[in-house]
Amino acid sequence: MPQPSAIDRDTIALDVEDRLHAHQHKGLLRFITCGSVDDGKSTLIGRLLYESKTLFDDQITAVMADSKRWGTQGEALDFALLVDGLAAEREQGITIDVAYRFFTTDRRKFIVADTPGHEQYTRNMVTAASTADAAVILIDARKGVLTQTRRHSYLASLIGIRRVVLAINKMDLVDYSEQVFRAVETQYRRFADQLGLSDVIAIPLSALEGDNVVEASEHTRWYHGPTLMGCLETLPLAQEQRLRQPFRLPVQWVNRPNQEFRGFAGTIAGGSIRSGEPIRVLPSGRTSRIGRIVSHDGDLDYAVAGQSITLTLDEEVDISRGDMIAGIGDPPEVADQFEVTLVWMHDDPMMPGRDYLLKIATNTIGASFTGIKYQVNVNTLERLAAKRLDLNAIGICNLAVDRSIAFDPYANNADTGGFIVIDRLSNNTVGAGLIHFALRRSHNIHVHHLDVDKAARSAAKKQKACVLWFTGYSASGKSTIANLVEKELHAAGRHTYILDGDNVRHGLNKDLGFTEADRVENIRRVAEVAKLMADAGLITLVSFISPFRSERRMARNLLKPDEFVEIFVDVSLEVAEQRDPKGLYRKVRSGELRNFTGIDSPYETPEAPDIHIDTETASAIEAADAIVRHLTEHGIIKSPLLDSIDEDLTQ
Amino acid sequence: MNLTHLQRLEAESIHIMREVVAEADNPVMLYSIGKDSSVMLHLAIKAFYPAKLPFPLLHVDTAWKFREMIEFRDDTVRRLNLDLVVHVNPDGAARGIDPFVHGTAIHTHVMKTEGLKQALDLYGFDVAFGGARRDEEKSRAKERVFSFRSAQHRWDPKNQRPELWRLYNARKHKGESIRVFPLSNWTELDIWQYIHLERIPIVPLYFAARRPVVQRDGVLIMVDDDRMPLHPGELPCMKQVRFRTLGCYPLTGAVESAADTLPAIIQETLLTTTSERQGRVIDRDGDASMEKKKQEGYF
Repeated sequence: MPQPSAIDRDTIALDVEDRLHAHQHKGLLRFITCGSVDDGKSTLIGRLLYESKTLFDDQITAVMADSKRWGTQGEALDFALLVDGLAAEREQGITIDVAYRFFTTDRRKFIVADTPGHEQYTRNMVTAASTADAAVILIDARKGVLTQTRRHSYLASLIGIRRVVLAINKMDLVDYSEQVFRAVETQYRRFADQLGLSDVIAIPLSALEGDNVVEASEHTRWYHGPTLMGCLETLPLAQEQRLRQPFRLPVQWVNRPNQEFRGFAGTIAGGSIRSGEPIRVLPSGRTSRIGRIVSHDGDLDYAVAGQSITLTLDEEVDISRGDMIAGIGDPPEVADQFEVTLVWMHDDPMMPGRDYLLKIATNTIGASFTGIKYQVNVNTLERLAAKRLDLNAIGICNLAVDRSIAFDPYANNADTGGFIVIDRLSNNTVGAGLIHFALRRSHNIHVHHLDVDKAARSAAKKQKACVLWFTGYSASGKSTIANLVEKELHAAGRHTYILDGDNVRHGLNKDLGFTEADRVENIRRVAEVAKLMADAGLITLVSFISPFRSERRMARNLLKPDEFVEIFVDVSLEVAEQRDPKGLYRKVRSGELRNFTGIDSPYETPEAPDIHIDTETASAIEAADAIVRHLTEHGIIKSPLLDSIDEDLTQ
Repeated sequence: MNLTHLQRLEAESIHIMREVVAEADNPVMLYSIGKDSSVMLHLAIKAFYPAKLPFPLLHVDTAWKFREMIEFRDDTVRRLNLDLVVHVNPDGAARGIDPFVHGTAIHTHVMKTEGLKQALDLYGFDVAFGGARRDEEKSRAKERVFSFRSAQHRWDPKNQRPELWRLYNARKHKGESIRVFPLSNWTELDIWQYIHLERIPIVPLYFAARRPVVQRDGVLIMVDDDRMPLHPGELPCMKQVRFRTLGCYPLTGAVESAADTLPAIIQETLLTTTSERQGRVIDRDGDASMEKKKQEGYF
């Protein structure tokens, strides 16, 4: 190949420098597309990629080949195949996950999140919408506003998207009729108003034919609005709104390379900051002043929302990951209980009272939902009563976290008011939520200091309060052993109490059945009562099947580490069924009883119980002795002998 | 002040890297020596400045990389004072795996996929950064930024964790790992622009120069050493070529080009009508082949 002349090369360089300069100053718009299965969404995205010249020859060639094999457009290019990535999905002919696509025009760079229109995938759309500035909602001109359209619009508004482009597609199939277009537009606007989606631009389109995608169509001379591309190039960016928020920096990582330098790194979630400005650290409330804004390219004078920065403070304040640095004038609230919207994203339903992890900004904390106010039917927006949230359900819930955190309402700041829910056992992301407001502010809580406390009450009984938690199958021998342990303790002068099915199920919990949700609530109440009894200074023995690890962990978390003793009363299901002292297993087998642990309801074996009793080898008396010995050896209860020596010495 | 798209991409990548360092036990950065790795490394240095990189780099060497890549790698490590771990699959080396003899599929599987898994297990790395971008290939478009792997290093595309806002779930059980892709939302053009803007050094093979090549199956392969057997009638000839991606020299096609400066490369990229992975022999092994490789543990 001949070398280009020097002049050629200069021209290229000049031209490129210009274009680079222009391209560097482009903004970035992220948007989602949503529509029902056959609205032509993938076709529209494929068309945008094609028209913006983002596609390469070899990709088009590959799609040509794919079109013949999988396509639905005969010999014509099937744009949808560009977008439907994974092999398994191609065979089903639907998109089942979130896919991200990129294209660039002279004015903007775009990231499109393609979201599925299929019924069971609410979760994917919420995921994609969480990072979007705008939503393109597709409607088939022939069908008008469908249930799915309502659902997509509701979800978009829920996640805080304010700008909707209503792409009324397949206009070629209604003879580009203005009347049809206006009717669908009016129908949609009426619905959108209810959701607070006021910024709606409706465009008549044919993704297949390319009408009003990039070029204004000759077929719709009655339409004078922008083309889809023109509209996307001029929509306001969400980033601009973020800049107007008060300053927020969730501290992500403390940079401490040596004794002299202590920097706080994070991504600015709102507003801007200059060196020298006063700040407040939450939740501690300490104040200081910005020292330097450190960067690899030299210190910065100021930084704005969206930038990932490292800053130092003039005066040393104790700060770690999870804290929030805020402007002094308008600090975030600090609280530990909230009203939230929760979108459930997992097959295992959300149970109120169950123990989860919550990740919000840079905090990961223990959390549980203390109640469901109501569930929202995403199709009709009706409010329904609910005891649990299933996959793709949306509910308004009360949330309690295990320590106070700084936050903003989601409507003000998505980065400091949005959270994900993580299952403690599987580590899966099982839900996502938005904080509305604090139910009670931490600075309003005055923990009532009682002069007589747990330690004082325990001391009066000459013992250390604790909870002995017996778990195991029905007929494992929990209650028998617990009774023997109590007898021994009582004989030694200890103050004890037993909580079991007999004294709790018939009274406090008589409103509860045996569904999974009720079992969770049952254990939650028992755990709370046990906590109160421990607070009263008692040695509390809890004897419940308590089949779920997460509930046992919740109970453990209510108490101090050395106050909770998990005792696994182990027996094989076969032996338990042979024992069957109350005839329960027989009733299950004959179909009289349902939701029975071990048979048609799961038992999650303790992974690391404090004490493990094998009742197939040890008798109940041996088991009780072993437990008392363990408790004495571990200092959880003092040995009676030592105790009396103590008394002798003090007298 | 509105951030430009490159500033937003930069901030996002830095956020992702810091999140990993805050949450992982033993992270590592996969360093493939290519332009994307160069950008990723540059971003990492910015993310943790003034501290030293809080993790090592890992290069899974196949013994078939371009010689200039290895020189560049060693220079970079010296220049930036980095910790580098180099791993070559010892079984593959002992078996004398040769892409010319065993074919590209076996070479890639043994030396790259297996080699990578060995290295992750050997050093107990629980999170590995990779420089893959979603615009590269169809199945990448659906991959998460934090992409979970089973203890067997498998990817399950149907069972991915939802990823919302900037909240990345880095929790896992012992033995499981996460691949993290900080450049997910960058395109090829973004990468070139950023290299230009930030003056990031890259391997000279990206710039056009006269190099010895043979044309084979429609792809220009550079004769980088004497291990390349020539077919009857094949004669290496000097051509002005450059590479759009870099990997094992027998698997990486060159393009004829006069672009010997960054603006000229960017000019070509702006005008080009062929996607960058076209030069990679691996993608064309079969329909959805990348998806299959990724499920098996390929990056």
